[in-house]
Amino acid sequence: MGIYDIIFWILSAIAVSCALGVILSRNPVNSVMFLILTFFAISGHYILMNAQFLAIVNIIVYAGAIMVLFLFVIMLMNLNADVEPQKGQLVQLAGVISGGVLFLVVLAAIKTARPMEIDQTSTEIGLIDNLGKVLFTKFVLPFEISSVLFLSAMIGAIVIGKKEDTKQQGLQKDNN
Amino acid sequence: MPVNSTHYLFLSLLLFSIGIMGALIRRNAIIIFMCIELMLNAVNLLLVAFSKIFGDADAQLFVFFIMVVAAAEVAVGLAVIVMMYRKVQSVDINILNRLKH
Repeated sequence: MGIYDIIFWILSAIAVSCALGVILSRNPVNSVMFLILTFFAISGHYILMNAQFLAIVNIIVYAGAIMVLFLFVIMLMNLNADVEPQKGQLVQLAGVISGGVLFLVVLAAIKTARPMEIDQTSTEIGLIDNLGKVLFTKFVLPFEISSVLFLSAMIGAIVIGKKEDTKQQGLQKDNN
Repeated sequence: MPVNSTHYLFLSLLLFSIGIMGALIRRNAIIIFMCIELMLNAVNLLLVAFSKIFGDADAQLFVFFIMVVAAAEVAVGLAVIVMMYRKVQSVDINILNRLKH
């Protein structure tokens, strides 16, 4: 059992236990913190697999941007008290059973898969040099399209999030 | 036993199932969103593992694009949740039951 395996097991234990913390903790702020820890463990896996660029992007984008957005929304709505109404015991049990059944079905499907060896030596493919070359030659069209997606998501978020039209409110007042 | 592809399959399957369970048992819309992020990350982990096994950079670019889509999705989704909170003063998804009437 080499150093690779030991780090793999430690990171996996952290990732799975923090993921359980996300869905089991009552306070939404604690859930966000557990999810950030899960992302850090997954970034550790990326570094272990020589995907350094993705590890850094994962920390910056997920832990740095997305989770801060979540925290903003939670703080803005003052949800950091554990007053969330719970689903009924039966519904929770059904949820756990359906998730567990999905787990077992896919587990049975991949149990017989032929295990493939992982080359534990360092490789160059995850470095930004190589990824940039592939991104701007082979994947240049999806890259440009994703910029359009970003623009539309940005406009959509602003349109959805802005206050109601004052004109419309005036009409409602007239109706009242 | 050295770590091989099956270990990564099991790990991502476990994370994905935890995400599914969380989305099913919680009522807070924000937590359900976070569970969706967890599922996306489980898939990302598997893509990177197979990228390492086959020595191919394409899968890592796919992870990159999944992160792009996740960021866009979170921006729109949180805007929807904020609007919902403004209307009904709650993020409880059971209140959305009234959409079916």
